[in-house]
Amino acid sequence: MAYHSFQLEPISCHAWNKDRTQIALCPNDHDVHIYKKEGSGWSKSHVLREHNGQVTGIDWAPESNRIVTCGTDRNAYVWTLKGNVWKPTLVILRINRAARCVRWSPKENKFAVGSGSRLISVCYFEQDNDWWVCKHIKKPIRSTILSLDWHPNNVLLAAGSCDFKCRIFSAYIKELEDKPAPTSWGSKMPFGEVMFESSGTAGWVHGVCFSGSGNRVAWASHDSTVAVAEGGKSPVITTLSSVTLPLLCVTFITENSLVAAGHDCYPALFVYDAAKGALTFGGKLDVPKQSAQRGMTARERFQNLDKKATVESKEAVLESLHKNSISQISILEGDKAKCSKFCTTGMDGGMAVWDVKTLESAMKDLKIV
Amino acid sequence: MSKNTVSDRFRKVDVDEYDENKFVDEEDGGENQSGPDEAEVDSLIRQGNLMGALQAVLKNPPINTKNQNVKDRAEVLVLKVLSSFKSSDIEKAVQALDKNGVDLLMKYIYKGFERPSENSSAILLQWHEKALSAGGVGSIVRVLTARRTV
Repeated sequence: MAYHSFQLEPISCHAWNKDRTQIALCPNDHDVHIYKKEGSGWSKSHVLREHNGQVTGIDWAPESNRIVTCGTDRNAYVWTLKGNVWKPTLVILRINRAARCVRWSPKENKFAVGSGSRLISVCYFEQDNDWWVCKHIKKPIRSTILSLDWHPNNVLLAAGSCDFKCRIFSAYIKELEDKPAPTSWGSKMPFGEVMFESSGTAGWVHGVCFSGSGNRVAWASHDSTVAVAEGGKSPVITTLSSVTLPLLCVTFITENSLVAAGHDCYPALFVYDAAKGALTFGGKLDVPKQSAQRGMTARERFQNLDKKATVESKEAVLESLHKNSISQISILEGDKAKCSKFCTTGMDGGMAVWDVKTLESAMKDLKIV
Repeated sequence: MSKNTVSDRFRKVDVDEYDENKFVDEEDGGENQSGPDEAEVDSLIRQGNLMGALQAVLKNPPINTKNQNVKDRAEVLVLKVLSSFKSSDIEKAVQALDKNGVDLLMKYIYKGFERPSENSSAILLQWHEKALSAGGVGSIVRVLTARRTV
């Protein structure tokens, strides 16, 4: 487990380049900083300055090496590297509220932006006009879109929203691609069609993630639950009410295992058993340092009893690696079907890299199926 | 100008009602939810079967109904059952509940905190401690984020 503290302010969002030597992150202001790995440390190589508001989402397309950023100034920019300089291109999203999240599609020919305007802007490049155009998905979204994830077929898009629902939309653009093959979520996929809508969640959906195959979608919601839906004739939703604080981000690391993290400041493993239709808590993926236990004097015991009505003295220090909520989790090595390393960034301004093999050996009973 | 500064009734208008984008919760048809069965619970308390009384009173929670009387009656009944437990038995009773039961118990506990009576808060605090160790902070988060509660 490696932990690097970039700064004291929260990291709003981050994205890695293809070979994981560079990370683009927003240090809670209007810019995007790109850091290059140098030895065991990081050095700032570029500052992308164009947004007029906080940058809320960054995504780095691995193959085409383009970065898309979106912010609270209602704009999105696509950055291309020319020589050693990143040049921005404005994308008009036609939204009247802040943009909240952005994701390149798997084929990198379009990207989707979720915003507070209660709609998703799906943007693609029109060759004739040499300009990025966007199409809106509006119905039946009733509130801000907080998170997005693309299905591997480049057409379906999962969106988590503040109206307590996780939905799967079709973002099929007929100018760009051929008709997609039927999937477990349905076969007719015109643009904007709702292929799946969740029910039973009572909190804002903070994070959504498709599994490696695209047949499952998981979401983490503000009522401290994690849920997985399996696509099919009638999708099966399995929910787990967790005993922790709400989780903010979730990702699949194998087809059956998810890692989620949030306000409790440590990543947790969840295992989905399709046969039993059950989602279970797999374990806390954080190795706390063993603090030296001092014996308590009688005076301390009495003081604790007087002040807190209990004899134990719980240290008010967080024992996890991250010292504040974890807001984003990304896969570093491998992919959603088999991940070997993932990275988390949070409100403490730090970035931690977690190695799945090391975690498996460090915690007994931890099984990643 | 003196004419239109006379009345200030406009200040009491609820502008949110006229917002066309106003979020309306889905109707879930809770009209036939009547809350836990009073007769059954009372007889179980009289028999001394407190564990059974707890299970019975947590059945049929009036979550979706808009009838405030039903909700109030349910809360009073739950408080009756909770007060009749001995302090040492509380932990066992909570362990016997499933996850949903613990969440529901938490909802009733917080509802009970809203209208404190003679000794209710002390009893509820004891129940709260045991329910917290069973359900964790997550159960409290679910009480806070529930759109429709008891």
